[in-house]
Amino acid sequence: MKVKSLSGKIGDWVFVIICVIISLLCILPMINLLARSLSGTDYLVRHEIYLLPKGINFDAYTTVLKDPKYIRAFLYTVVLTIVCTVFSLFMTTICAYPLIFPGLKGRGFVNVMITITMFFNAGTIPNYLLMQKIGFLDKPIVLIVPYCLSVYNMIIMRSFFYGIPDSLRESAEIDGASYLRILWSIYVPLSKPVLATLALFYAVGRWNGYSDALMYIKKNEFYPLQLLLYNVLNNINSVEVATQEGFSTPGLSDSLKAAIVMFSTIPILCIYPFLQKYFIHGVMVGAVKE
Amino acid sequence: MAKTKVKVPVKKQSFGVYMKRYWQLYLLLALPVIYLIVFKYVPMVYVQIAFKKYNITKSPWVMPWAKNNGMEYFIKAFSNPDFRRALRNTIGLNLLDLVIGFPIPIIFALILNELVFTRFKKVVQTITYMPHFLSWVIIYGLAIQLFAPSTGLVNMLITNLGGTAVPFLNDTAHWVGTYIFLGVWQSFGWNSIVYLAAIAGINSELYEAASVDGAGRFQKMWHITLPGIKPTIVILLIMAIGNILGSGFDRPFALQNNLVMDWAEVISTYVYRAGIKGLQFSLTTAVGLFQSVVGVIFLLGANALSRKLGERGLW
Repeated sequence: MKVKSLSGKIGDWVFVIICVIISLLCILPMINLLARSLSGTDYLVRHEIYLLPKGINFDAYTTVLKDPKYIRAFLYTVVLTIVCTVFSLFMTTICAYPLIFPGLKGRGFVNVMITITMFFNAGTIPNYLLMQKIGFLDKPIVLIVPYCLSVYNMIIMRSFFYGIPDSLRESAEIDGASYLRILWSIYVPLSKPVLATLALFYAVGRWNGYSDALMYIKKNEFYPLQLLLYNVLNNINSVEVATQEGFSTPGLSDSLKAAIVMFSTIPILCIYPFLQKYFIHGVMVGAVKE
Repeated sequence: MAKTKVKVPVKKQSFGVYMKRYWQLYLLLALPVIYLIVFKYVPMVYVQIAFKKYNITKSPWVMPWAKNNGMEYFIKAFSNPDFRRALRNTIGLNLLDLVIGFPIPIIFALILNELVFTRFKKVVQTITYMPHFLSWVIIYGLAIQLFAPSTGLVNMLITNLGGTAVPFLNDTAHWVGTYIFLGVWQSFGWNSIVYLAAIAGINSELYEAASVDGAGRFQKMWHITLPGIKPTIVILLIMAIGNILGSGFDRPFALQNNLVMDWAEVISTYVYRAGIKGLQFSLTTAVGLFQSVVGVIFLLGANALSRKLGERGLW
């Protein structure tokens, strides 16, 4: 390495400063939200909360945690997300694995079938009519099965499988292992990074998704957390909320909203940094798939 | 020795031997194929109600044809001011997203690539990926707290500095700005990953040679890095152009409100309101079909154009 000139060093620091500003832009809204959720009502009403909470209290969080509606929706969404993720990983694996065998007849046909769905989608209403026809409307299963296999994720996994040397598979075959056994004992253990990535993608998708619930589910008890949050933020059923909890002042309601948003964000924010080294690879494979 | 054993004479394989070897793979593939047929291909049967008079009691195959050789609902859609408004907004917002939102991740990747402190770079990446993991409902919640007319952080700052509050969310023109800004905010970090990966693939000898020739930082960016990631840029641009009529549902629906609907209603939210809420199934299926077909045409067109200009294209 050559020694950098002074102007080169100054340039380095300029880029550092730009990145600090960009990072702050990303993180300050969350800090503001946190401050609001922890602040006393008076300060909020007087518009005194910027980035630091004043009159720190946990009233908003206790209200949220005491309300069975939120706890129920939270637990329901956790279960939904776990079931959805496990099932989706299963489906993705059993779809990707057979497609790496060059000798499998019909492989090309299935590949074409999959590619067509990437370019042409029947649309919202035909999908809705299908759900109606097969009796999925208003049942939690409609939030699990219809989107359990993402073609993009399947391609990511298939590329990863292609990267595992054929010789491993062949030598296991010679030893008499069946293809199922090879999948379970060789491919799955070697694919932990891609499984972690796709688990994150599926889990985030389910945790954050609300449009399918909005379209397919009318019963409040099957609303996932995000849809409940949407209704709270838009004061849908606000009459009920105001009378039940007794908060009509905008201050408390504001910090409560902030607390609910925090409450429904935290699980994801706790998980993704640990998976960073994996998902970066997954995104790359997805982008250069051809 | 083992190797000679594996070489089964492929041509003479009987069906029984073949199935004995591969039946487990077909077993695995069965469930995904059934899934694709039921959830991706059966809905295509329902697409024909775009050309037919919808009747809940009949199968789509036997529903009567709509007027004007089945084109009734397409004509209705295009003479419907609500749909025309949604079409205009979809194209307008997507073009703004393309013009503003597309270059930013590229620029950000170039900036990240200039960072010399590895640890710091990692932290910046983790922080800027964060918004991608927030749902649009949560981002809407954040936006209210930031941009509300009197109680939002930004307007508190503006009024404290002697300015007048800006209606970021409640006035059409400002709403469009907020919508685009939030879209960029949510995705720029995540979208930069692809470009960073492409940059990492550039041969480092090129940079060394350029340094020897006395090229500065920006010259290297312009003459080495950008040409190096051009194929990636082209592929993503083709896909973005193919999506010009597509609109996700989550983002516009979460951010829109009654005051700004004139500019905020897009095709996906229009289909939801007029179709699922308004039960105009044939009309909205026609709209969806139009959207899909135009999407495919744009994708093929952009791909053909890029190949004509000497780029690789998608395929």
